[in-house]
Amino acid sequence: MSAAPDVLPRPRLALRGITKAWPGILANDRIDLDVLPGEIHAVLGENGAGKSTLMKIIYGIVKPDAGTVQWEGQPVRLASPAEARRLGLGMVFQHFSLFETLSVAENVALALDAAQAGPGLPARIRSVSERYGLALDPSRRVHTMSVGERQRVEIVRCLLQVPRLLILDEPTSVLTPQAIERLFDTLRQLAGEGCSILYISHKLDEIRALCQRATVLRAGRVTGECDPRRETTASLARMMIGGDLPHPRHRAAAAGAAALVVDSLDLRADDPFGTALRSISLTVRAGEVVGIAGVSGNGQAELLAALSGERRLARRDAITICGMPVGHLNAAQRRARGLAYVPEDRLGRGAVPEMSLTENVLLTSRHQGLVSHGLVRAGAARERAARTIASWDVKASGPEAAARSLSGGNLQKFIVGREIGQAPKVLIAAQPTWGVDIGASAQIRQALIDLRDAGAAVLVVSEELDELIEICDRLAVIAQGRLSPARAVGDTDAEEIGLLMAGAAASFDRGTAFVR
Amino acid sequence: MRITLEARPEPSRAAMLLTPLLAAIATLVVGFVIFEAFGKDPVAALHAFFVQPVATRYGVGELLLKAGPLMLIATGLAIGYRANVWNIGAEGQLTLGAIAGGGLALAAGDAVPATLLLPAMIVAGALSGMAWAAIAAWLRTRFGANEILTSLMLVYVANFLLSWLVHGPWRDPEGYNFPQSKLFADAALLPSLLSGTRLNAGFLVALAAVATAWVFVRRSVWGFEMRVAGLAPAAAAYAGISSKRNVWLGMLAGGACAGIAGVNEAAGPIGQLLPSMSPGYGFAAIIVAFVGRLHPLGIAFASLLMSLLYLGGESAQVNLALPSAVTGLFQGTLLFFLLAADVLVNYRLRVQRGLPAAP
Repeated sequence: MSAAPDVLPRPRLALRGITKAWPGILANDRIDLDVLPGEIHAVLGENGAGKSTLMKIIYGIVKPDAGTVQWEGQPVRLASPAEARRLGLGMVFQHFSLFETLSVAENVALALDAAQAGPGLPARIRSVSERYGLALDPSRRVHTMSVGERQRVEIVRCLLQVPRLLILDEPTSVLTPQAIERLFDTLRQLAGEGCSILYISHKLDEIRALCQRATVLRAGRVTGECDPRRETTASLARMMIGGDLPHPRHRAAAAGAAALVVDSLDLRADDPFGTALRSISLTVRAGEVVGIAGVSGNGQAELLAALSGERRLARRDAITICGMPVGHLNAAQRRARGLAYVPEDRLGRGAVPEMSLTENVLLTSRHQGLVSHGLVRAGAARERAARTIASWDVKASGPEAAARSLSGGNLQKFIVGREIGQAPKVLIAAQPTWGVDIGASAQIRQALIDLRDAGAAVLVVSEELDELIEICDRLAVIAQGRLSPARAVGDTDAEEIGLLMAGAAASFDRGTAFVR
Repeated sequence: MRITLEARPEPSRAAMLLTPLLAAIATLVVGFVIFEAFGKDPVAALHAFFVQPVATRYGVGELLLKAGPLMLIATGLAIGYRANVWNIGAEGQLTLGAIAGGGLALAAGDAVPATLLLPAMIVAGALSGMAWAAIAAWLRTRFGANEILTSLMLVYVANFLLSWLVHGPWRDPEGYNFPQSKLFADAALLPSLLSGTRLNAGFLVALAAVATAWVFVRRSVWGFEMRVAGLAPAAAAYAGISSKRNVWLGMLAGGACAGIAGVNEAAGPIGQLLPSMSPGYGFAAIIVAFVGRLHPLGIAFASLLMSLLYLGGESAQVNLALPSAVTGLFQGTLLFFLLAADVLVNYRLRVQRGLPAAP
């Protein structure tokens, strides 16, 4: 790291001329990349810039069409992740590769050699997770865990193999500010032990705080390399998006009548690892954005299921939309009363992976003039899909593209566009910009604010505090299934809310946070 | 060199059309080996299997006669299968349809004209097939009982019911004590469709069911909702799609089609009620539904193929003295390749060579 440029040590990983084309798109175009031993190296880029494809090539999931990979100076051809792991590569994915029905220890064992996956494994999981401050119960089943907790499994799984190069894809999107600091300490500790780290992100502040070198990708090509510590956020953004950073316009709220009211909602958890909701009360008025902050696993999933109608309630007036009690109604019936919802899971919940974008428009808009006499008006649905694609600049081959063929950020733009396109009176958005790049995030946040200005009530449930503070008028914190009263954002700050989130989580038996 | 499977970003349409061809070629190759091993001339064997059954007008009639109930039942089952509603009891629903339609025919005798009686029999068959399926649907939506088990168990109940009827109250008093009903009157028999064959108007009912199912699956909002439920249950809950309605629709569609198939058998080739009304159409239709990729048009072709395999198997046994196990083996080979080749729709083969894998 401190070596002079002319006597750089031999790179641990060297890519030369890596090229990969997907049908209709050149994802990687002659990419060169060197990662030195013990270096924390950022790969920075927008949605569709080719970051994920490049990482999948390094990790042996995808074969490049051309180019070479050198590991410790030796040319290698990585045919599978197992081979990559044998060489000493570890990867923490943005979309986790965990089996939901298996326990933490079983999931970890699947990634290890038979020799390592013996009976002592749970104890080793415990010791590694404690050493790096990533509290985990090895016997817990993954399907009961939140996104943040699942990420911990992925990280611990990699650390158990003592990797020499660790790849992290957007790792901080689900952490509190304090937990991010702790993760950075872990990563610096790892780098200090000689492990190289490839850090993929679009969060410029984090990259400036953590990384020694950054390679910037735009539209599949390397557009720059720099020392992020010597750059400003604005200069990094310019390299990344080839223009200036968009800033959301934010006027003072002109809140009107109560649009979404939750009245002392109590709800038992569906499964033994879930979180029960305890007398939650919340009011979101027309023309305001209310945020709910919190570490995942504190009742967000249960609250969102109750709000969206995926879980119906016994008491009809526990939830009212524009004065109408809707607690007993299902999701479609609540939509008919003006609710729209952007869920956290995009593939499989917010969109059907195998279906076209046209059909995915139908998924939530089918009772909005797209059906007559029980038959689908395919032309109207296709037109609506095309309109969403065009106005949100979604990168897709067209309305007939399968949802699973879109990148995560593009699919999220499509889903947000679809929901906002219904002109809802109340919009609920869960983690609306999780893993979405800076340009698309700004676009989504701006759209939420514009919707508010148009008179809708907006509720955002997110673990990204910066985002909540940027777009919300009022903010509440959820911890252990209880919701704090919402306070005006001007009366509080990130540090205070972060402590509230983390403090509540730390007092929790299960120890759900990356806290000291 | 290694051969690996690589996921396609989108299902390949070309592969969807080419895989049946590939499966056919692979089956022919394996068939050659099988017949050669049994000392039979493979060309003659394949001729007996695929050409001889349909070489005559009568043979074509038989092909369509057998394809009809398979097509009808598989079409109904596929509607539920797309939504992960697993009705395995079509054989029982068929039996109930035959009982209701046949009971009506026996009660009417000569008194009612065909223009009234036949539609009434079909409606009665559909309703009773639906009623039988509704038991499993209700158990599933009310108590969460697995419809695979309940619908399958109801098959045996239905068979005993029919058996009791033809041994007891509905037995033909002039039937020399055989367990069978009286022959139906002419008014209760489906009109012939092709002279010189046994093919009857029931085949048209099957075609109509295929067309209706196509509209339902591809165009109707309920069909759309059922596809969503099958592909992504979480997305269905998110969109407020009623899983109970899907269970009911899926079970009732299968029950109605199977019930009509039962009437068609009773009022078609059989012409009376016997202790068994079907050579297992209700179970074979499950295979037809999957070979046809749960798509109405695919099912139409798959039912013709299945029917040809039945006839070809008989023909090979008769003409070449091949053991029935060998014809079964050959049929299984074709189905195996058809379903296995499916993987190429969503994956592509990649042959890698050059640098050895990392040490």
